[in-house]
Amino acid sequence: MKNNYDLVIVGGGPAGMAAAISAKKQGIDDILILERDSELGGILNQCIHNGFGLHTFKEELTGPEYAERYADQVRELGIPFELGTMVLGISPEKEISVISRTRGAAKISAKAVILAMGCRERPRGALGIPGYRPQSVYTAGTAQKLVNCEGVVPGKEVVILGSGDIGLIMARRMTLEGAKVRAVVELMPYSSGLKRNIVQCLDDYGIPLMLSHTVIDIKGKEKLEGVYVAAVDSTNTPIAGTEEYFPCDTLLLSCGLIPENELSRSAGIEISPLTNGPTVDESLETSIEGVFACGNVLHVHDLVDFVSEEALRAGENAAAYIKGKPASPGTPVAVKPGNGVKYTVPSKLYAQSVEGNVHIRFRVTGVFKMASIVVTCNGSEIFRKKGRIFVPSEMQDIIIPAEKLSAVSGDIEVFVEGGAAQ
Amino acid sequence: MTRELTCIGCPMGCELTVEVENGVAVSVTGNTCKIGETYAKNEISAPVRTVTTTMLSETGIPVPVKTAGQIPKGKIFEVTAAVKAVRAKLPVKMGDVLLADAAGTGVDIIASKSIKK
Amino acid sequence: MYDVAVIGAGIVGCSAARELSRYELSVCVIDRESDVGEGTTKANSAIAHAGFDAKEGTLKARFNVLGSKMLPELSKELDFAFFRNGALVLCFDEAQKGELDKLAERGKVNGVEGIKILTGDEARALEPALTEEVVAALYAPTSGIVCPFEMTIAYAENAYTNGVEFKLSTCVTDIKKISGGYLVSTDRGDIEAKTVINAAGVYADKIHAMVSSEPLTITPRKGEYMLLDTDAGRLVSKTIFQLPTKMGKGTLVTPTIHGNLLLGPTAEDIDDKENTATTRDGLAQVRAKAQLSVKDIPFGKVITSFTGLRAVGDTDDFIIGEPNDAEGFIDAAAIESPGLTSAPAIAVYLCELVGRHIPLVKKETFYAKRKGVPHFAMMTDKERCELIAKDPAYGQIVCRCCTVTEGEIINALTRPLGATTLDGVKRRTGAGMGRCQAGFCSPRSIALIAEKLGIGLLDVKKNGVYNINESEVGDNEK
Repeated sequence: MKNNYDLVIVGGGPAGMAAAISAKKQGIDDILILERDSELGGILNQCIHNGFGLHTFKEELTGPEYAERYADQVRELGIPFELGTMVLGISPEKEISVISRTRGAAKISAKAVILAMGCRERPRGALGIPGYRPQSVYTAGTAQKLVNCEGVVPGKEVVILGSGDIGLIMARRMTLEGAKVRAVVELMPYSSGLKRNIVQCLDDYGIPLMLSHTVIDIKGKEKLEGVYVAAVDSTNTPIAGTEEYFPCDTLLLSCGLIPENELSRSAGIEISPLTNGPTVDESLETSIEGVFACGNVLHVHDLVDFVSEEALRAGENAAAYIKGKPASPGTPVAVKPGNGVKYTVPSKLYAQSVEGNVHIRFRVTGVFKMASIVVTCNGSEIFRKKGRIFVPSEMQDIIIPAEKLSAVSGDIEVFVEGGAAQ
Repeated sequence: MTRELTCIGCPMGCELTVEVENGVAVSVTGNTCKIGETYAKNEISAPVRTVTTTMLSETGIPVPVKTAGQIPKGKIFEVTAAVKAVRAKLPVKMGDVLLADAAGTGVDIIASKSIKK
Repeated sequence: MYDVAVIGAGIVGCSAARELSRYELSVCVIDRESDVGEGTTKANSAIAHAGFDAKEGTLKARFNVLGSKMLPELSKELDFAFFRNGALVLCFDEAQKGELDKLAERGKVNGVEGIKILTGDEARALEPALTEEVVAALYAPTSGIVCPFEMTIAYAENAYTNGVEFKLSTCVTDIKKISGGYLVSTDRGDIEAKTVINAAGVYADKIHAMVSSEPLTITPRKGEYMLLDTDAGRLVSKTIFQLPTKMGKGTLVTPTIHGNLLLGPTAEDIDDKENTATTRDGLAQVRAKAQLSVKDIPFGKVITSFTGLRAVGDTDDFIIGEPNDAEGFIDAAAIESPGLTSAPAIAVYLCELVGRHIPLVKKETFYAKRKGVPHFAMMTDKERCELIAKDPAYGQIVCRCCTVTEGEIINALTRPLGATTLDGVKRRTGAGMGRCQAGFCSPRSIALIAEKLGIGLLDVKKNGVYNINESEVGDNEK
């Protein structure tokens, strides 16, 4: 079997497919997408709700519909892909170790690699919730897979910890499948999910949202019997005397997504502690030459449309690399998160040699109303954008024109001005 | 009377301020597009929703489905019950009508994923 | 009538059954759980102790040292993971250095080899992650780490291969002395046996009281643990102890045989023999104590926490032997630390005790070797290719955190005394033990179990007994 390619893409979800299509359109034919599932589409296959594609297709699609649009293009363009294939490791020399029924245990080498492995959920163990360890404690995504792909509804009386979008979506999903969702419990004083999801997943069904609360104990040795929920103070410590018992047979956890970078680490790629994803420059190239990253593996997104756009750029840049585009000269400037900004992607920028406009994506650290995003270099302003509201749960995207960057001589800072954090 | 709503038309979730007279929205502000205006008007007098769920196929594999348009919010559970009562025949192509006129709403249930046999 | 009925399929019961299966004896093992090793055996520190801690002249000392010597050969014979990584017992107070010397002396008397006393700096040279507060340490090179459930499953499978019957999902309700032996009543019928071995863990006192009026009390000693991801697994290479107290060996920091970092246990005597819940305070204690020994423990890498119950007797030693009023009823009780290490030697001794009632005739054919589920994660590419060519199911990775294939899971389900639950699959293959804690692999594992057992997906259990109505699932009677 063929075991070297110009471009290998790890992951056939929305990021991987968009990157492949983009590289193909740039004239790269020798591509291989490696996907561990039995079909393309990645996480979208289990996201049967809508809200996808408003930016990309100007239509509101469900996850599978969005995925199928890209999968159809992959097939139409004749881009090779292998399913049921797990990548076990990547060497710094871009040698990829794979396992599949057809290849056995094999090594594939590539001129360029695009990492598009997505992310995984934070499990109960990492949250340290004390109590028994019965069945029926699931992360929301695992429950989603069970319901939407296996046709198995794990329970009838549900408590959900975490008001991120997955938790909210599953609150509605379980309700539509006949379960009673007793509460969605959120540690923070605000929900990290989209406002529309609070309305259409909780308000529509009368499901209470308990902010500044958490699950402090799990009861039921073999079968889940119930959970204790308590209010927390400003240090997230449970407040004695506020404990409330919720009998339930299912506990869903929606407490954070972690980019899946075990493979990136195996290659020795530098990982940012702020994003848990690879550090990249404006071309989305990681610390290893010819290895690019996009999508949730780079930083966790909330809109798949942003993923597709990012992946498109990764595909273009990987194509340029394969065609022999020389490495950017000189040293990059750092892009630093300043006041109110948690992280930026990219974290470095070859300002002198930038060709087109540069996207800087970031998240804010709190809720800012009537504020401005400002980008400065050595104190002088190179970009400003006003906004009515900026929230942590919505990734921000600013586009800096190339001409503003060519004059940049030092590190760049991105920060929020005005609209005190709430 | 003034009502504050969050638009669910797209992930932006614009905060809308709606002036209501006699149970009807007479003015909508805070929206960034037409979707918000339409949403506010409907939400006040006759709220509607798109329902996304799964319909089991004859083999037990779930087929993701959605209502082809919006249905009255009050009929959500009637629609899901109607979906539960039938089985989809594989193969299914994205867009196929799997149940016409669900629960008498005039809206079809269509497949949102193609699934082979 | 069986020659021997062993009550309890933990490490003690299963190792005893295997040793007994060398002889022409009819043996059965009874356990109320649906799998072997579901009690204390699956929730402990997994250390193969060197033997310097146990008081001289006790059964603990005798069997610990014997067991420790048996383990290397046994792990190869029965195909379970074991490694002699060595241990350090830390001393933080100059005034307590004498305690280390006492342990070293005890080790010498017990027959432990290679023990040395090190200065704090020497200890830190061996283990740079140790805290600055360490002033001295005892070094025991023969201390090891093992997989306690793999060891138990290995013993059980080998016993089964050699003719032992396993009656799982069977709860003993009463035992009566009858002519020629004992009548063991269970919720699945009666069993008659000439001799009975009581290896019932925290319930050994309850079982003992069914036949004997000699006092025996087992107090469950609760121990909470935290387990860290494999990328924290090299923080230390040796098992790091603190000076022992009345309540036991204290909180340790150790690499596990699977490459994780294990912290714990706490030690709290409780009444409830079913209380295996972790607590906020307990986990906080593990954190605090572990940090005394090792600096910069990356608590952000904790992947799970759990609780085990040790069976503590009131004599400070193992309780192995027949009560005066119950001839042929053999207690193997109060097997707390160093029980795991001692089990291979206790098993041999239990045979001797049975031999006082029934002549032990060696079998002509005894299958001493046992091969476990193949571990794909440990294989070379060449071995993997060969395996996949023979069976493509090995080319399908199900657990991506631990690189476990569909072939291994199917193997775990179809082998003798095969898994019937998610935990059973986990303990035989490792699937679900990794950083995502089965979030990714459980839907597929559930589907494979459901298919094998012929039950619905929702009926698949994480652990526990399947209802009698759900077909005779997990019943391994011949």
